[in-house]
Amino acid sequence: MSMRAGRLTRRAFLVTGAAVTGGLVVGAGYLSSIDMTGLDGFANADGTVGLNAWIRIAEDGTITFAVPHIEMGQGIFTALPMLIAEELEIRLDGGNIRVEHPVDELPVYANYTLALDMRPEEATGPLYWAAKKVFGIFPLIVTGGSTSVVGSWWPLRVAGASARLMLAEAAADVWQVPAGECFGEDGHIVHRPTGRRLAYGELARAASAKAPTPNPPLKPASAFRLIGKPTPRLDVPAKVTGEAIFGIDVALPDMVHAAIRQSPVFGGTVRSMDAGAVRSMPGVIEVVDLGDAVGVVADSYWQASRAVAALPVEFDDNGNAGGDSARFLADMHRALDATEAHAFRDDGDVDEILAASDRVVEATYETPLLAHACMEPMNCTALFRDGEAELWMGSQSPLIARWGAQSGAKLAGTEAESVTTHVPLTGGGFGRRADGDLARQAAALAASVPGRPVKLIWSREEDIRHDTYRPHAVSRFRAALGLDGLPLAWDNRVVSQSLDRSYGDRNLPVGGGNPAKDHFSVEGAVDPAYAIPRARVELVDHATPVPIGFWRSVGHSNSAFFVESFVDECAHAAGIDPLLYRRGLLAGRPRHRKVLDMLAERSQWGRPLAPGRGRGVALHTAFRTIVGEVAEVTVGVDGALSVDRVVCVVDCGTVINPDTVEAQMEGAILFGLTAALHGEITIEEGRVAQSNFYDYRMLGLADAPAIETHIVPSGEPPGGIGEPGLPPALPALANAIFAATGQRLRALPISKSALRVA
Amino acid sequence: MITLTVNGDDRRIDADPDMPLLWALRENLGLPGTKFSCGVGMCGACMVLVDGIAMPSCVVQLGSVDGAVVTTIEGVAADGVLSPVQQAWIDEQVPQCGYCQSGMIVAATALLAENPRPSDRDIDAAITNICRCGTYPRVRRAIHRAAEAATGSGGDGR
Ligand code: FES
Ligand code: FES
Repeated sequence: MSMRAGRLTRRAFLVTGAAVTGGLVVGAGYLSSIDMTGLDGFANADGTVGLNAWIRIAEDGTITFAVPHIEMGQGIFTALPMLIAEELEIRLDGGNIRVEHPVDELPVYANYTLALDMRPEEATGPLYWAAKKVFGIFPLIVTGGSTSVVGSWWPLRVAGASARLMLAEAAADVWQVPAGECFGEDGHIVHRPTGRRLAYGELARAASAKAPTPNPPLKPASAFRLIGKPTPRLDVPAKVTGEAIFGIDVALPDMVHAAIRQSPVFGGTVRSMDAGAVRSMPGVIEVVDLGDAVGVVADSYWQASRAVAALPVEFDDNGNAGGDSARFLADMHRALDATEAHAFRDDGDVDEILAASDRVVEATYETPLLAHACMEPMNCTALFRDGEAELWMGSQSPLIARWGAQSGAKLAGTEAESVTTHVPLTGGGFGRRADGDLARQAAALAASVPGRPVKLIWSREEDIRHDTYRPHAVSRFRAALGLDGLPLAWDNRVVSQSLDRSYGDRNLPVGGGNPAKDHFSVEGAVDPAYAIPRARVELVDHATPVPIGFWRSVGHSNSAFFVESFVDECAHAAGIDPLLYRRGLLAGRPRHRKVLDMLAERSQWGRPLAPGRGRGVALHTAFRTIVGEVAEVTVGVDGALSVDRVVCVVDCGTVINPDTVEAQMEGAILFGLTAALHGEITIEEGRVAQSNFYDYRMLGLADAPAIETHIVPSGEPPGGIGEPGLPPALPALANAIFAATGQRLRALPISKSALRVA
Repeated sequence: MITLTVNGDDRRIDADPDMPLLWALRENLGLPGTKFSCGVGMCGACMVLVDGIAMPSCVVQLGSVDGAVVTTIEGVAADGVLSPVQQAWIDEQVPQCGYCQSGMIVAATALLAENPRPSDRDIDAAITNICRCGTYPRVRRAIHRAAEAATGSGGDGR
């Protein structure tokens, strides 16, 4: 059957994904500013009405929210609707709510928070003006950096309030009363003096013609009905019935399937392949040379994966077969003494103080490459026809996907003038889905069978071997302790591979940034909350052919392990309890101190433990959120390690959905513990040695500790929540092992070290 | 031609008997609730019940289950009524990304069918599914809750 691209572009996925809506949140026109001027309403051909870029109302009262962030488990398809619903005065449990990722890439959906490192309500000045211009052309829609709630906190409440006022004005017209007497209440506008009511569905059309009120007043926190209350997630029911549609589940008429085999050596390319050898295999439709990979398109995925496995192909390693983890590590250690380093911070006198001190603590730490291993393997479905590409993929950035698809079309010798991206639910992202590689490959494969959608799925082996890895790093510290045991000076040099360079070179038209000054390599190390009078923090870049990517909490996953392990070492060197030691470094940081104090209390920090058991603490600030964690471990006489309990205290400012905050802390802690205990990708002969869960191990249910999360009540604006729980988990565990055994683990993963109880 | 009873319906599948059951369910029968993740029988994302026994469908050849009765996540609810396991999953708000949850729910369903009041140790031994999002603490709670709901009294197995 034939399908018109025009119809397909009108499709969007609901939370269940099973149904598609006729109209989209489209046609809003250019919403010219993130300060919300021009939130105009509009009517759709299907009878639904948009009151602004986020809210569409049907006559039957169904309300659809456009959430320009991918739901990858972090609960954003519930948290952002809560923000709108709070001001719109509707309930979320009435069965009439739909949530979809919009297909139209409107400038107003751009992630200013990530791009400018500012809250939208603070975004003013020339940088903001320039960003507005750029995003007018390239709306940078992206989910990452734990920014979705931070960046939506203000605009989405404004969107809800503005829509409510438009509905109130429409009702006032009907009743011929002053709009000021009309209020929103549970999906209706109510005329307070007479008690008359009209449902939003009945008012929406007239409301869409009203001019939005700029800067509508917002509720004070004391009036919140939804914000701060544990709210059942809107996506959960479909996820327990199997109805939730993920990218890999997309089914389109006439669709075919593809599997791929990439050059095992990074930077390798296809020298030759014998397509004829597999063309006659059952179901095979096309065999495609993708430059650095080969792909087979077939009637079914099983047929495609069999054929691509059987395809005779030779790869050129282009001189990269010498890459080896042991050598990288040795080189990184050598680079600690490089004469050239970029100083991100230098308070001065550091060398002098260190030279004069007789109480110097010194330690060097190392961390390995890590893979994301999202449970949903990488996949992308692409349709290519007449210079237009259409994608269905769990992408953390439709803009990056578009550029990827355009480069895929070029690879296939054609052009993709327009790219439309549908973003279904996804089975974990953690930063992996911010890359354009899948869009590039799928678009190139789709160009080989124009008019037919091609669903490309990577095997788990391709996923582990062709990830965009968390960088390996080495970090050396020297600190001079004063008479009180606290650091007088602190020298920290980090050697790591640049994410900015690697990611940018793969994905951005402008290429990557200067690797020598890559802030990602030192974020969380430059500006710890602790008062360190004189600090110097430097970076030496270490380039390898290994592709580096965003991995949940990014640089913080390394920095927190380094800094919080070293602070612990300083505390022990000074003979001071590690929690009190940290407290002593936090004068003038009331929020941090409060987290620590609550942590001490909830973890029963001072309570003695049996021999072989230990407690470790760590505190880290990332993505505008402060998290403290205490891990409790038992090390058996045989050296067997068990992580018994993790107590977590989080200050993330105003909480939207407390149950989601807890879930994200649990998930991030287990993600961090998995990395600390087992996580290691090694390179041998230029290729990744691991390939699946048997050699890239995941923590299982039986080994997962009990986790308690406590939230510090706060009226501050919200911080991020998807990532900040991860970084402290690694040092808290290592510090607990030290407490239990006296062994200081300076190299991850812990499974590399034999533990013994002293 | 392979014949299966899937979620109560008789289905005939014309496909390579070497093909894993997983792909027959997903592509031939249009039941995408069963997920692919590792493909080697290690993660449990693809768990289904074959004649009542939980199996990773990615390593079950279609030809080996001719005539079998298969239940997938789509068949866990009876006549649109959620099973106690599914209801407990909602009550405990277990899923994050949700991708592993079909397999988790199938594994938990099989566990409770065999052992209506599992202890924490029983759960540790039975639930080997991988969840990258870290829903394990909630999975444990939800299994206890489902057990309590089904057996109608407070659990004691912790
Ligand atoms: S996909 Fe079958 S066990 Fe992992
Ligand atoms: S909920 Fe995401 S993998 Fe389990």
